[in-house]
Amino acid sequence: MNIAILENDHLQTLIDVLRKRGYQVIGPTLGEGAIVYDDLNSTANLPIGWTDEQDGGIYRLKKRNDKALFGYNVGPHSWKKYLLPSELRLWKIKRNGGSFQIVTENEAARKFAFVGVRSCDIHAILIQDKVFMNGQYIDQHYTSQRKDTFIVAVNCGKAGGTCFCVSMNTGPKATFGFDLAMTEIIEGKNHYFLVETGTELGAEIFREIPHKEASEKEKCAADDVLKKTAEQMGRSMDTANIKNLFYRNYEHPRWNNVAERCLTCANCTMVCPTCFCTTVEDVTDLTGEHAERWRKLDSCFTMDFSYIHGGSVRASTKSRYRHWITHKLATWIDQFGTSGCVGCGRCITWCPVAIDITEEVHAIRESETVIGKQKTVVKEDVHANT
Amino acid sequence: MKSFITEPMIPKPFRIHRKLKETHDTYTIELESTNGADGFPFSAGQFNMLYVFGVGEVPISISSDPSMPKMLKHTARSVGAVTKALLKLKSGDVLGVRGPFGSRWPVEEAVGNDVVIVAGGIGLAPMRPVLYSFISHRDKYGKIILLYGARTPEDLLYKRELEQWRGRFDLEVKVIVDSATGNWRGNVGVVTTLIPRIQFDPLHTMAMICGPEVMMRYTLKELQSRGIKNENIFISMERNMKCGICLCGHCQFGPKFVCKDGPVFCYDQIKELFGKREI
Repeated sequence: MNIAILENDHLQTLIDVLRKRGYQVIGPTLGEGAIVYDDLNSTANLPIGWTDEQDGGIYRLKKRNDKALFGYNVGPHSWKKYLLPSELRLWKIKRNGGSFQIVTENEAARKFAFVGVRSCDIHAILIQDKVFMNGQYIDQHYTSQRKDTFIVAVNCGKAGGTCFCVSMNTGPKATFGFDLAMTEIIEGKNHYFLVETGTELGAEIFREIPHKEASEKEKCAADDVLKKTAEQMGRSMDTANIKNLFYRNYEHPRWNNVAERCLTCANCTMVCPTCFCTTVEDVTDLTGEHAERWRKLDSCFTMDFSYIHGGSVRASTKSRYRHWITHKLATWIDQFGTSGCVGCGRCITWCPVAIDITEEVHAIRESETVIGKQKTVVKEDVHANT
Repeated sequence: MKSFITEPMIPKPFRIHRKLKETHDTYTIELESTNGADGFPFSAGQFNMLYVFGVGEVPISISSDPSMPKMLKHTARSVGAVTKALLKLKSGDVLGVRGPFGSRWPVEEAVGNDVVIVAGGIGLAPMRPVLYSFISHRDKYGKIILLYGARTPEDLLYKRELEQWRGRFDLEVKVIVDSATGNWRGNVGVVTTLIPRIQFDPLHTMAMICGPEVMMRYTLKELQSRGIKNENIFISMERNMKCGICLCGHCQFGPKFVCKDGPVFCYDQIKELFGKREI
């Protein structure tokens, strides 16, 4: 694959070229006391010289001792902010004589260019593609947004305290699903990006930006950075036979343990880049002549989520946490042929009581191996898969 | 396979032809299809999302005859905001319909077999299309047995039809209620107590169950003890639903989506999960 060098000074040209081609450029910026995604018109809006410190329930911005533009890990936002907006009007309806008439939303899809997409988040986008574009029914809004998304990946130069993409096989290097992928290199006074093109469109756009070929030595620099990142993972998760691990453990004392800590606040589902559940709300005006239907992000941690006549199916905290983690790591595989977890660590960082998905998996796995009888079950499974 | 429904999230207007009172809180709404000659094709067991202007949407199973797709019937109980508003509508009013969604009862697969249908409460509604299909092709099936349980005699649905069906020599219909006053001359108890009283060929019997989960759990045990195989038992599940098209995530039952993989499931496919609490 062709790897070229883009000097830091020319990154602005990339943004300009994308904007000129009609893209709304979105990228990381400082806001709300964190690094969040917003409109990106200038490289000056990037979180230059900032990084983040992350751990269970902890997120803190910190100054770096260099001018890195992408020297941080993922923040509370994910790209679903744009592809799966938290609120979306599906249609408007008005009374029309004895009947009614529906006006669908025909807003032209926006062309998004995402700059600074981490490898884990590329996997998250591809997972949501499977949910919304691969089934019997497709989500029209998602599909129309996704059609023209331009993705500029930026490989991670460091791992965060809650990262575990290496365990999930989703990073730290972006290997597919991007138009351009960059690795930021800072060596003394040299500050440049090693750029890999992933698509024809990516190559076409990149040709409009001043760049030079990378030497063999420079190419190796990117590999060194990524190797170091992979070694820094703050968390890890053993994913061997993980589907059956959860299917075997619907009844496990650990669920009671986690229920004592979980506040069912839904933060984990809001920050998760793959969580896709939505609800609908119908609203009317005061005359009762007009109504609208809105789709809004929902969370399996609410009581309403599973409500049917007679009560909520998942009334206990235990069952709601079990549903979430089992969906993420087990049932998702049966539903969509992939895990629902990409190892980005957001759910660990943004949990107010620091519940850690990797720790919960570990606890359930460990409890099985200490019980001699079940130990054989684990062994059998390993063989079944080899 | 992409669906033939082009805009599955857009309700289509249907006019209420007639509204029939079944019990003090349950009505059957008959809808006229405006869709020309084809009507509204559906399979027994499928459901529609019914929309009341400005109030919201509810999933309601179709309770009419699949061979008459021009007349669509839904039987609903008034229990929540939307069903209350739905059942306040009058004939001539218009409501929105999205669907049909979901899986079907194994009507074709049951050909040549005995059939045991067990329904509890409003669970008779999604079974009625099955009964219509069986009756119109009566010679294709062995015994056809309907066991129906309700809370009180006043809560029985489709009373006139039940009496007609019970009067036929080629159907076996047993009705039971949880409690009744002295005027009731029928059975009193839970629906499972009817199972030991019926005869069928266990190796060649299809069972179809619809009712509250607890009722289905005990019915299953009883039918299994009579020798019906798991792969010949079908149940209809209920979960919260918002979209009906497998995108909103609400109706998950373990790895299954009730709106797409269900509501009718072969018990063999969900036996690991069924009966577990709060799945």
